[in-house]
Amino acid sequence: MSETPIIEIKQIIKVYKMGDVQVTALDGISLKVEPGEFLAIMGPSGSGKSTLMNILGCLDRPTSGTYLLAGEDVSRMSREQLAHIRNKKIGFIFQSYNLLAQATALQNVLMPIVYRRNGHISTKERLELAHHALVTVGLTDRDEHKPTEMSGGQQQRVAIARALINSPALILADEPTGNLDSHSGLEIMQILQSLHAQGRTIVMITHDAKNAAFAERTIQLKDGKIDEDNHHQHEAELVNTSAGGLP
Amino acid sequence: MKLSEVLHIAWEGIMRNKLRALLTMLGVIIGVAAVIIMIAISAGTEATISDNIKSLGTNLLFVTQSMGSQQGPSRTTGTNGTFLTYDDAEAIETSISGISGVVVERDISEQVKYESTSVDSVSIIGTTPSYADVRDVTQGSGRFLTQKDIDNNAKVAVLGYSTAQTLFGEADPVGEKIYVGDVQVTVVGVMAKKGVVGTTNFDERIYIPLTLVFEKFTFSPFARVQGNQVGTILVQVTNLADMNMVITQIQILLAKRHETTVAALPFTVRTQEDIITTQESTTAAFRSLLAWVAAVSLVVGGIGIMNIMLVSVTERTREIGIRQATGATPGDIRGQFLTEALLLSLTGGLIGVIGGVGGAWLFYKIGEMRTVVVPNSIVLAFVSAAIVGIFFGFYPANKAAQLDPIEALRHE
Repeated sequence: MSETPIIEIKQIIKVYKMGDVQVTALDGISLKVEPGEFLAIMGPSGSGKSTLMNILGCLDRPTSGTYLLAGEDVSRMSREQLAHIRNKKIGFIFQSYNLLAQATALQNVLMPIVYRRNGHISTKERLELAHHALVTVGLTDRDEHKPTEMSGGQQQRVAIARALINSPALILADEPTGNLDSHSGLEIMQILQSLHAQGRTIVMITHDAKNAAFAERTIQLKDGKIDEDNHHQHEAELVNTSAGGLP
Repeated sequence: MKLSEVLHIAWEGIMRNKLRALLTMLGVIIGVAAVIIMIAISAGTEATISDNIKSLGTNLLFVTQSMGSQQGPSRTTGTNGTFLTYDDAEAIETSISGISGVVVERDISEQVKYESTSVDSVSIIGTTPSYADVRDVTQGSGRFLTQKDIDNNAKVAVLGYSTAQTLFGEADPVGEKIYVGDVQVTVVGVMAKKGVVGTTNFDERIYIPLTLVFEKFTFSPFARVQGNQVGTILVQVTNLADMNMVITQIQILLAKRHETTVAALPFTVRTQEDIITTQESTTAAFRSLLAWVAAVSLVVGGIGIMNIMLVSVTERTREIGIRQATGATPGDIRGQFLTEALLLSLTGGLIGVIGGVGGAWLFYKIGEMRTVVVPNSIVLAFVSAAIVGIFFGFYPANKAAQLDPIEALRHE
């Protein structure tokens, strides 16, 4: 355990106020995710999955508790600082892809670079990076296509390329196959699998046990608490072998 | 974030909905174009006035009856008459040094008739031969009044350009006989086109010998005693430097002749510059009115921009969420929408400038109105458009910047 964990949260509590009623969405969660881990978070709706995802993604701040993202305490950061952290350290993959409809695949992939603070990259280098990212996810001739001209699976690949472009410490996938048919869904899972194989740290929210099987560790949330925490190295390897045909 | 990227994103935001962008800009376009056209017309008018006044020379003095002391040649004038007379003009010519010419004007209004064509209330100027030189009017055809005409009370007339056109059309009026009131006079000349100076249209006048006016039109039994009343005495000063000295001399002379003091003198001695100053203060008032019109139209344009930007922020909430998730700070989002508002207003401003300059040209070509596009008015219009964009874009931009990324991503 010499390496700094990518995620280290301690006693995270998140309370929402809805009028006079207080709802405790997360009730003292502590969790560590080591570099290179592929973690699936499961749980029934209302268990706090989305809330945890938002906090892990630095889209929201916990009511109390601490969150160290790659060693940096982000639990008390301002909106401005959180934006920088999201840009630098987190790549999002959403259920509904969240691509800009009027932008081409390449422009969508480039978006996180546009908001990058440090390390100037020339336009040429950027385009190469973005193109390379698209190739990584298996999209070779779709640079100038707009989301409406692509299938759901292709759109999700563009979103994955976008998540990868700034080489984030953490990839957060929120139901990445939720809008896809089983075939495209499998392809997306295989891409995540191969990213994991390359040593990326991935946290995925899913309600689908088949998807969770791709991960090496599954957390079950229930009523804002961790109910189960299972490592299943064996299964992951099993799936890994079957996904060998990935481009 | 590089400026070029900010501009690029904002520009794409605008181009996504071209028609709406154009309609949004319409207020600013109209406002800016109106400002430029109005200022161009006002500057054109002003330039015409001052060109004409300057063409008369700056070394002219105008001696007139003071406002409020105007007294007709009625019985109240008594023996020490307080109106300006022909004798005053002669006294100025003989006893004041440093002057190179004196012209006397007495204007009346009469019906003018040639055969079956008649024109009512034509401005008839009774004057002296040096008028043409001093007032810088040019002879078109025939001749101007001569000293002989004055001495003999000759029944002759010189027509202004438009008057000649009205009465004779294209025919040459020289030698023809016309009626001025009841008096038949012979046309001896026509003046070249001169145009409007201040409020005077030189082309719609008729010049006749001053003495003819005294004899036939303003006959007064007292004239023998008091001299004949005149309207304006124009004095041409030889050296501009002597201007004030000549003014003082004239005032003292007139005070002596009318048995009063300089302070109580019922006459005004004014220079061309005084008259130009009066003109300019009039156009300045006109301009400040235009400035208000411009301000109102730009504010209306700005509200239009704010309205559309608010709609745009709502429509693009999802996009804002995506940008926030990938690392856009509140400042980035604010900047994006502010730039968009600014681009809208500046593009509107640019179209407005083109429309304004084009409009000014059309007014000149079709309306035959002299227009001068003032470069400063373009700068002013542009800067105002920019201020409008920033001011009215700020609220929507701030609203966008403060969106919660989670809510924004969930927005359908």
